[in-house]
Amino acid sequence: MPIFKTPNFDFVKWRWPAIGLSLAIIVAGMIAIAQGRLPMGVDFAGGTIVVSKFSQHVPIDRVREAVAAMPGGVGNDAVVQDYGEASQNQVLIRVARTGDEVSGNLSQQADAVVAALKQAGLPSFEVINTEIVGPVVGDQLRRQGILATIFAMSGILAYIAWRFQLSFAIGAIVATVHDLLVTLAFLAFFQYDMTLNVLAGLLTITGYSVNDTIVIFDRVRENMRSMRRDNLTHIVNVAVNQTLGRTIITAGTTLLSVIALYLFGGEVLEGFAFTMLVGIISGTYSTVFIAAAIAIMLQGRRPIKGQVVAPAATERKSGRRRAS
Amino acid sequence: MYKNLRWKLITTLVIVLIFGAVGVYPMLANRYGLPAPGWLMAKQLKLGLDLRGGVHLVMRVDRDEALRVSTESVAEQLREGLQAAGVSVSAVNVTSPTIFRIEGVPQDKEAEFRRVADEQTSTNYDRSAVGGGVHEFTMRPNIVKDMYEQTMVQAIDTIDRRVNELGVSEPNIARYGENDQILVQLPGVTDVARAKDIIRDTALLELKLVEGGPAPSREALLQATNGQVPSDMEVVTGASDASTGQAGTSYFLVRKVAAITGGDLRSASVGLDENNRPAVMFSLKPDGARKFGQVTGSNIGRSLAIILDNRIQSYPRIDGRIVDNGRISGGFTQQEAADLALKLRSGALPASMSYLEERVIGPTLGRDSIRAGVTASLAGLALVVMFMLAYYKLSGINAIVAMIVNLVILLGMMAYAGFAMTLPGIAGFILTMGMGVDSNVLIFERIKEELGAKRGARAAVTASFERVFLTLLDTHVTALIAALFLFQFGTGPIRGFALTLIIGLLSNLFTSIFVSRSLFELVLSRRPANAAALSI
Repeated sequence: MPIFKTPNFDFVKWRWPAIGLSLAIIVAGMIAIAQGRLPMGVDFAGGTIVVSKFSQHVPIDRVREAVAAMPGGVGNDAVVQDYGEASQNQVLIRVARTGDEVSGNLSQQADAVVAALKQAGLPSFEVINTEIVGPVVGDQLRRQGILATIFAMSGILAYIAWRFQLSFAIGAIVATVHDLLVTLAFLAFFQYDMTLNVLAGLLTITGYSVNDTIVIFDRVRENMRSMRRDNLTHIVNVAVNQTLGRTIITAGTTLLSVIALYLFGGEVLEGFAFTMLVGIISGTYSTVFIAAAIAIMLQGRRPIKGQVVAPAATERKSGRRRAS
Repeated sequence: MYKNLRWKLITTLVIVLIFGAVGVYPMLANRYGLPAPGWLMAKQLKLGLDLRGGVHLVMRVDRDEALRVSTESVAEQLREGLQAAGVSVSAVNVTSPTIFRIEGVPQDKEAEFRRVADEQTSTNYDRSAVGGGVHEFTMRPNIVKDMYEQTMVQAIDTIDRRVNELGVSEPNIARYGENDQILVQLPGVTDVARAKDIIRDTALLELKLVEGGPAPSREALLQATNGQVPSDMEVVTGASDASTGQAGTSYFLVRKVAAITGGDLRSASVGLDENNRPAVMFSLKPDGARKFGQVTGSNIGRSLAIILDNRIQSYPRIDGRIVDNGRISGGFTQQEAADLALKLRSGALPASMSYLEERVIGPTLGRDSIRAGVTASLAGLALVVMFMLAYYKLSGINAIVAMIVNLVILLGMMAYAGFAMTLPGIAGFILTMGMGVDSNVLIFERIKEELGAKRGARAAVTASFERVFLTLLDTHVTALIAALFLFQFGTGPIRGFALTLIIGLLSNLFTSIFVSRSLFELVLSRRPANAAALSI
């Protein structure tokens, strides 16, 4: 039961509307992010998180009041929310500040939160998780995250340029950047925090979203030999159609496992699973509509590595590429 | 036709058995009470901190402090050396952790000064004449590097000893992030405050002769010496009645050079003082005992200050020559005395530390995470299996076998190499399932295409695997590039994720090309050579 018997869509023709749609999402996402809808989690911004498990159900507003009553206005910008399933009676409290690093009181704010909860006469509770990240480590993680993303992309760019063609590599990287931006946009739309796990998801997408693109490029390279008289646009269109089934199925199988992770993986991994979910869908979309379109635009009429160039053309060009 | 098929299948089976024995069997044995021989259980899959519960700390070592201490001591030694050589200087100033200046070197003693200074400092410091009798000494860059390194190694060793004394099993203490950071992971520890305190305390013990005090203020203390601190002495503070630990500060004048330091201790343990209160008893190494005997023997009747981290704990009177043991009392509780003994046994930290990051994961959360991870893994597995069977029929079994071999290798590899499974690691595990099947999808689609071109099944399978190999290589290499950078820059649990992904990608390349192909060949070898049909 094949999903697509013999698809014959003109994907290249749709590239401008597709690019328009992508730009619209990305711009909306950037605006949302500029409005602070994708706040940095404590991993990057520094701060204190305390997760408490109460012995019985506690209205979230009572916890919020208790935190707001903390001395020194610490609780003013605190975030208080349910953590995990409602039946677990778990509450997460996040304050933007930590104690001072140098004087050795890093856990001061966490201790203050616990003290405030105890004073408020709430049911008994135990602290099941504390995360305190000082500004030094926060800065470091942010820098490392950006570096890791840039290095990963440069590595992939170099590899594809080496294996295929620079224009293909740029197409693949543009598609990857597109996927990252779209994913960031959706993270902002759904009000996730930028945490280490989300960053891990983004980097995985960087590696993963190129995969489908490579499959298409690979097919383009193969088709070059049998379709040497056709223009690049046509060759690409055929390649996209030929690989459409596997593009969708491979994304689908990965998507199935990520959906399992999203539904059952628990609170800690939810951000990661959501990032992957959006990234994989966006990756498939960009593979079909964006990557090849960019490669075509950049390549123009120049011959392609691996293409058996027509004899008339080879004699004119001194710096011609070797046919393999 | 497939003459190597038998060997391929045997290889696959052996790999599954080996990795399964290392990675999977111990888990099953633990859960279902199967026989568990020690040689098999030794290398089982470890759980990371986020699944077991425990403390994750990142601390910064103040490396410059170690340099400053060293520079100060070199400057002090040089001052004494110059004095002995009859060169009087007006001032010795430590201006930065690596630089000190000597001022007011008399013109006529310049040559003598240079001789003494070069003799004492030229191995570690560069001397430059600023002019007007002022000389500046700067620590050499390679020495700075060595001392930084040495400080970190020493700090990690000390923390390691302390953590071991605390009785934490499988702690992880390692260099981290930037050059001056240390990661400390303590699985199963719940008393965070105590653990933090024990790790961080410098625990620098010095015993110095008291020359003056106690006095209620610095001014009162220095009245006898006209407000000046004599050059071979220093002022140290302590509780006003240190033996009872009462509040309030009093001032003491003590010798700069310590009679003995924590480095001279052979051991330390908890005991009781003369008032039956907890105290720390210590004994000395032979060298320390000799020094201690000399000092105590020639200073009977005077007081000896016991200084811990620059604060006087007590200042007992020397009643007679003491050779190889002593006692520190100072109003400790039993716990405080035990912790101090522990810190003294494990030695002083070379510099002070501060905490930069602190994560505490309760055992409840860990258990919940394991449950969620296992549920998600099983659900993911079920979804992928159902899809592959429905879409690729019998060939789907092929992909599922390859995927399971992949997961067994992944678990076995993690267990064998001693990598811990973290919650993000489980995410990597699930992702490996999804991505592992991808490779098979690419192969299967190619086979379908080749079959559509009216080739025989055998030719189609052979051609497909050959064509797909390069595609798979390219896709895996790009994913590996991203995973490697994630590993390189990642921290803690993220590293666990990257690691699972890297091992998963590598083993997946193997299973999809080698195992999956062998299975196809196994099926086809039982058919006539010209068969065209394949359940795909």
